[in-house]
Amino acid sequence: MGNIAAFLLALVIVAMVIEMLRRKKLREKYAALWLVVGIATLVLAAFPRLLNIVAEFVGVQLPSNLLFIMSILMLMGVCLHLSWEISVVEDETRTLAEEVAILRSQIEALPASTLPPRGNTIGTDFRTRPIIGAADASNEGPDN
Amino acid sequence: MEPTVPPRVLVIMPAWNEAEAIGETVREVLETSDRYDVVVVNDGSTDNTAQIAAAAGATVLHLPFNLGVGGAMRAGFKYARRLGYQRVIQVDADGQHDPRNIDDVLAGLDHADISIGARFADRGNYTVSGPRRWAMVFLARVISSLARTRLTDVTSGFRAGNERAIDQYLDHYPAEYLGDTIDSLVVAVRSGCKVTQVPVEMRARRGGKPSHNPVKAAIYLGRSVFALFFALTRKRSHIASTAHDLTGA
Repeated sequence: MGNIAAFLLALVIVAMVIEMLRRKKLREKYAALWLVVGIATLVLAAFPRLLNIVAEFVGVQLPSNLLFIMSILMLMGVCLHLSWEISVVEDETRTLAEEVAILRSQIEALPASTLPPRGNTIGTDFRTRPIIGAADASNEGPDN
Repeated sequence: MEPTVPPRVLVIMPAWNEAEAIGETVREVLETSDRYDVVVVNDGSTDNTAQIAAAAGATVLHLPFNLGVGGAMRAGFKYARRLGYQRVIQVDADGQHDPRNIDDVLAGLDHADISIGARFADRGNYTVSGPRRWAMVFLARVISSLARTRLTDVTSGFRAGNERAIDQYLDHYPAEYLGDTIDSLVVAVRSGCKVTQVPVEMRARRGGKPSHNPVKAAIYLGRSVFALFFALTRKRSHIASTAHDLTGA
């Protein structure tokens, strides 16, 4: 029981990640990385000798340097992962923007007489439905 | 479609805060020929570009936020695909492209998939100098050798495409760095689209200000090389070999 502060800190982080997961504020794919880090920190805080053993094994003279290099690598990995994710999201947003623009121009081009009754076979009653209703709210299932 | 009637052509005009010039440009294009339909892609303008364009007789696509020329063009191509246009042409909203040249550029599609209205090809007096010119010459050489035809103005936005070109553009997303011109062209060539060029004259722009600045020119050079490098390493698209494949719509 070397470092109680470090152990408590790691415990808080793990607890926070689990709580966020439970409340669906965090997706599993992001949480996994943080859980691994948190648990590793927990183990290291509980058994500080472990760091020395690993450092000696890898050939790093100062155990704390090993800790630093590992943290830097981990943070770089997380940043890269987030950049990648945001690129995907941007792509999806762009596709949606294109779609919305085209649909809007098509709706504006519809003659007024086709609007209230079901004149058209495609996209018949989208105007009569409320935009956000019970049907949309109940759609909030678990992650996909 | 009857063979005697020439197919309708979609003129795609990306516009971002072009209220000064757009109205006249749209009217001019529509007056040039009655088989042109104009779609103005309003790229998140903060002025009344969209209203002016619509009043002038164009269909307006409202992008909810600014996507850049590449993104706006992609929206235009998607619209063309949805509505089944077989020929599209990109025309600048600022009036630099002369609508009377549209038919000439479209004629290039008779023997190619992409036809570029080129500014330096012995017509007109459009000149640039310094790093911007080096970049253009360098890009033209590289892309000419890729396309196995002589191209002198690969960054021209005055471009027509047929269905194969539209398919290719929709498959390959124009990336940020000069994606709308170099990137899309290189990937199109590598995916098997034939490219040709038609000499055109450029006019002075009607509104907005040109960017003449050595620093900007140098940045342009750097970005072009960067864009070219990535375009060369990109995966090619698989497009249908027949020109009349509409299954994906």
